[in-house]
Amino acid sequence: MIFSNILIYFVVIPLVMLGGLFLCRNMNQIRTVAVIGSTALLALSVYLMFDFLQLRAAGADDIMLYQGSWMWFEPLNIHLAVGVDGISVAMILLSAIIVFAGTFASWKITPLPKDFFLWLILLSTGVFGFFISIDLFTMFMFYEVALIPMYLLIGLWGTGRKEYSAMKLTLMLMGGSAFLLLGILGIYYHSAPEGGRLTMNLLEISANDAIDHNWQYFLFPITFVGFGVLGAMFPFHTWSPDGHASAPTAVSMLHAGVLMKLGGYGCFRVAIYLMPFAANELSWIFLILTGISVVYGAFSACVQTDLKYINAYSSVSHCGLVLFAILMLNNTAMTGAVMQMLSHGLMTALFFALIGMIYGRTHTRDIRQMGGLMKIMPFLAVCYVIAGMASLGLPGLSGFVAEMTIFVGSFQNSDFFHRAFTIVACSSIVITAVYILRVVGKLLFGPVQDEHHLQLTDATWWERFSTITLIVCVAGIGCFPNWIAGLLHDSFIPIIEVLTK
Amino acid sequence: MEKLPIALYIIPSLIMFCCGVYGFITRKNMIAILISLELMLNSVDINFVVFNRFLYPGQLEGMMFTLFAIAIAAAETALAIAIIVNIFRAVKNIDIRDLNKMKF
Amino acid sequence: MSIFILCIPLFMFLFLGLVGMKLSHKLTGFLGCLGMGACLTLCYITSFTYFFGGDFVNEAGERIQSILWNTTWLQFTDHLVIRLGFLLDPISAMMLVVIPTISFMVHVYSLGYMEGEKGFQRYYAFLSLFSFSMLGLVVATNIFQMYIFWELVGASSYLLIGFFYKLPSAVSASKKAFIVTRFADLGFLVGILILSYYTKTFNFLDMTSNPEGVFGSFEGATFMGASVLTWALVLIFMGGMGKSAMLPLHIWLPDAMEGPTPVSALIHAATMVVAGVYLVARLFPLYLLEEAALTIITVVGCLTAFYAAVVACAQVDIKRVLAFSTISQIAFMITSLGVARPEIHEGLGYMASMFHLFTHAMFKALLFLGAGALIHAVHSNNYTAMGGLRKYMPVTHVTFLIGCLAIAGIWPFAGFFSKDEILSAAYGNHWFWGLWLSMVAGLTAFYMFRLYYLIFWWKNPDFGHHTPHDPPLAMKFPLIFLAAVSCVAGFIPFGHLVTWNREPYTIHIDPVVAASSLGIAIVAILLATYMYRKENPLPDKLANTFHGLWTAAHHRFYWDELYLWITHKVIFNSICKPIAWFDRHIIDGTMDGFARVTQWASCSIRGLQSGNVQTYVWIYLIGALLMATVTWLCLL
Repeated sequence: MIFSNILIYFVVIPLVMLGGLFLCRNMNQIRTVAVIGSTALLALSVYLMFDFLQLRAAGADDIMLYQGSWMWFEPLNIHLAVGVDGISVAMILLSAIIVFAGTFASWKITPLPKDFFLWLILLSTGVFGFFISIDLFTMFMFYEVALIPMYLLIGLWGTGRKEYSAMKLTLMLMGGSAFLLLGILGIYYHSAPEGGRLTMNLLEISANDAIDHNWQYFLFPITFVGFGVLGAMFPFHTWSPDGHASAPTAVSMLHAGVLMKLGGYGCFRVAIYLMPFAANELSWIFLILTGISVVYGAFSACVQTDLKYINAYSSVSHCGLVLFAILMLNNTAMTGAVMQMLSHGLMTALFFALIGMIYGRTHTRDIRQMGGLMKIMPFLAVCYVIAGMASLGLPGLSGFVAEMTIFVGSFQNSDFFHRAFTIVACSSIVITAVYILRVVGKLLFGPVQDEHHLQLTDATWWERFSTITLIVCVAGIGCFPNWIAGLLHDSFIPIIEVLTK
Repeated sequence: MEKLPIALYIIPSLIMFCCGVYGFITRKNMIAILISLELMLNSVDINFVVFNRFLYPGQLEGMMFTLFAIAIAAAETALAIAIIVNIFRAVKNIDIRDLNKMKF
Repeated sequence: MSIFILCIPLFMFLFLGLVGMKLSHKLTGFLGCLGMGACLTLCYITSFTYFFGGDFVNEAGERIQSILWNTTWLQFTDHLVIRLGFLLDPISAMMLVVIPTISFMVHVYSLGYMEGEKGFQRYYAFLSLFSFSMLGLVVATNIFQMYIFWELVGASSYLLIGFFYKLPSAVSASKKAFIVTRFADLGFLVGILILSYYTKTFNFLDMTSNPEGVFGSFEGATFMGASVLTWALVLIFMGGMGKSAMLPLHIWLPDAMEGPTPVSALIHAATMVVAGVYLVARLFPLYLLEEAALTIITVVGCLTAFYAAVVACAQVDIKRVLAFSTISQIAFMITSLGVARPEIHEGLGYMASMFHLFTHAMFKALLFLGAGALIHAVHSNNYTAMGGLRKYMPVTHVTFLIGCLAIAGIWPFAGFFSKDEILSAAYGNHWFWGLWLSMVAGLTAFYMFRLYYLIFWWKNPDFGHHTPHDPPLAMKFPLIFLAAVSCVAGFIPFGHLVTWNREPYTIHIDPVVAASSLGIAIVAILLATYMYRKENPLPDKLANTFHGLWTAAHHRFYWDELYLWITHKVIFNSICKPIAWFDRHIIDGTMDGFARVTQWASCSIRGLQSGNVQTYVWIYLIGALLMATVTWLCLL
């Protein structure tokens, strides 16, 4: 029975929420539905994590736990197949936290609050569906479900050049998914040895190991680029600055916090796991690109004046580090990559939430027109400093843990090429410090720039709630990293195994 | 009774058809276009009747078809006139060069 | 018990940071001092048990290195594990005395100095954070723990320098401090990566107890002509250069004086800035493996010592004079480590360096706190606003004088003993280093007494009705306490406590070195007395005669301008801006270009679908005729 599988509820709850939202008549009802739903998701994902850890501790050593598979389309052997390992559990937890915080961050969204939440919840359906799927087709379907609402969310509720940004973002990501579809079809038609039943199931494809090397050479780059576009890989990152700058607060949070992680997740779950031979052979090309991303994004962020642009470029840099670490193809670096996804997800969500709140008060995002906010809105300013510190890798917050794991892992590759690029990537910690402190210094410290800002108020209770949730998570990972590393560590063993075969 | 040669039927019909085509392409007034359309239809009707008479003298399919065509053409004309009248009421104009509001 | 040494300040930070705003200033100050006092007591107990308890000495009479506790914090691979632990050995036990002592004194002093400041609670919270991080740094059991706390002290230093966040100068100073040290930490990080890759461990004890094994694990790997081990050690030292403000990464320290003066005393004179010295001392057995690394350390130390001393002679701001003097003194310690060899006076340099670290912390904190009292009294940092203050502020005057005598190296004050050991070690290595350091020691005595005379003698300014006076008791007590320590600290038998191989030995004072350095110091002091005791035109005349040199020294030999040029002109204008432009116009332009090409293509063919039936008929007709013709021709 399909409903006996816990994972299905990650899709069912948002769908029920959608139904509930349709019936809502006023703002309070909408908020009630959204809060109840996102709390349920958060509770469920926390439960899932503990249950998962218990199962693992009890000796369940399948690659994926909670597996379930229901036939969907017989002729093509498409299933609705679900299953999670440590990485997916971590990503689900991340998504739930950010959906939860995002709900509170968009407490007063106008206009059309109902429609906003409908699209937002549909987006999260896609995200959760993606992370629980182990069937390429359902994965791809949920991926698309997560992308499309973005267009409307930015186009309708955004700011600035929103139509342009929405169109650009959607088209570029659709371009990426066109590559992806091609890759998935290629994988599908080579998923079984001669005469076998073709399949879309990740685990079966990997077990069959039937994609021959020439095809891998073709399919690996396509799939990697397909997911890489969403992971903001240089040179396919330009949707990110415009898209994030125009998006409303909760959408920026969800997009930078979770959606960009779909890219990184897909890269190793599909591209590397299914095509290990080509991954070994071709990783150097993408290492160069992602290495460029890391430094390039950081340098670009140094001269931006719009808060959201700064953050978007910083995301390019940090997400570049995710892909960079994945391509190092060893356990430590990949663990670091997932930690970086978590860390970046949380702290970027925090950043975008804070920027949204500041923008909502000052009505400008230009750092040249603001200053001395520490005096005016101390709570938001302190949170901003904490977010900044997390971003530049202060120990005790999540960024440090993730970056150090990545650097140590990357350095385990002993050839000159990998070493050189690791050191280049390391240098981003300095540049990050430059742009973060530049913003903090201009925005929060110094004299007040605009007399009108003196009348502004500090955060409201829902804003405080949203930011504190995220800060607690950021500090939690930063102070006690070992349990999260433990959660992830085993999950990479199968991937490393196929890579070294 | 001596039959007239078939060419005497077909050539006027051809001329009629060509006039219809020419009118359809060049006229800008919708009524005139409609008339041209009728011309073409009628020339085809003539052809139907003539070929029926010359090729299958014992049968009536061509005649029947022509009757159908006349009936449908009448209905179609009525509809077209109705549309044209409505357009005229709406924009006071039936010149097709000016009727591009719905374009693109 | 030792865990509370770290927990108390951490708790105080969280407590004061989260709920401090609700407390009154008095209560906050009291709680802060109480917490630090408790921590101080625990540290003293731990340290005295270590040195004098007898449990920590093995059969051969060596002090042992003992890990009191060690918990796994993050596991990278099977070998590479970050642990948080507590390593007790001579140098960490010594630091456990230095840090809480100074920190406690600063806590007490700040009760008076920061009274009524907005953000008083925040200030105490940050002080606690700093104490926590610094203690965590010195007790680190592995190099990564050290790196973690290394970053944390950097951050707390950033927060404290920028304490007066409304002043743009404080903001930019804090930013500069953080970024410069961050840059140095990049070197540290890469050094750690290299070292840990080859040795397969982060633990200090695994590395230092078996240096040959470490050397062997590198298997003679070389990179660009130097051995990889040298690279690793030099890169790690680069981290130390940043924190300890060695040339050319010294530029942040003088600016860091924008912070409150007690902070300068704690962080930028006594504790954090010696982290680099501590780091080298911690890894000293590894540095002994590579002569080249030690030579680099010596050269950097010597150059910095001289440079900072020269600059200190031409500064107007008294805190900056002290800052440059700090740089110069730390360079002494660094040089001392650089010249230390086991075969030279049984590794005297190492002991001397640690000894000087200890005494310097005391008298430099004293000097800074004295400067704080002066600034508190006259509300200016510049000596031009001072002069003749000895009559108004007797306690400050006497304690400041003791500090000056100590740093100048006059018997029997603390500085004499430690500096003498450093000079002996330097002469033992090579006469050149010894001579160089003797010269710098003379300069030190000169600029310190120049400062002293300019503040307390020189002229009798008119203060009007606002007469400066000695500070309140909360500020006086630390001054007196530290002055007392500076008087007696030299007699501590340091050789019995802290040595490079942890075997105790008795220090001998080399009479020739001692006499000569004492002589140089006295001559320098006399020169300073001659020039600055009474207001006279001689200093101005000298400055005019050597105008170029004086201006250059006053502008710190234009290092700041050079860095400003590099960061603004090169990095911002030549790297960041072109990259941002490239991104907007080339990369983004390409993507927009795709959209534009698509749009252009569709625009150019949409005319075919005009919706004009007459055109369709035309095309249809022509097409039909063409096809008919072609068919006909074919049939023909």
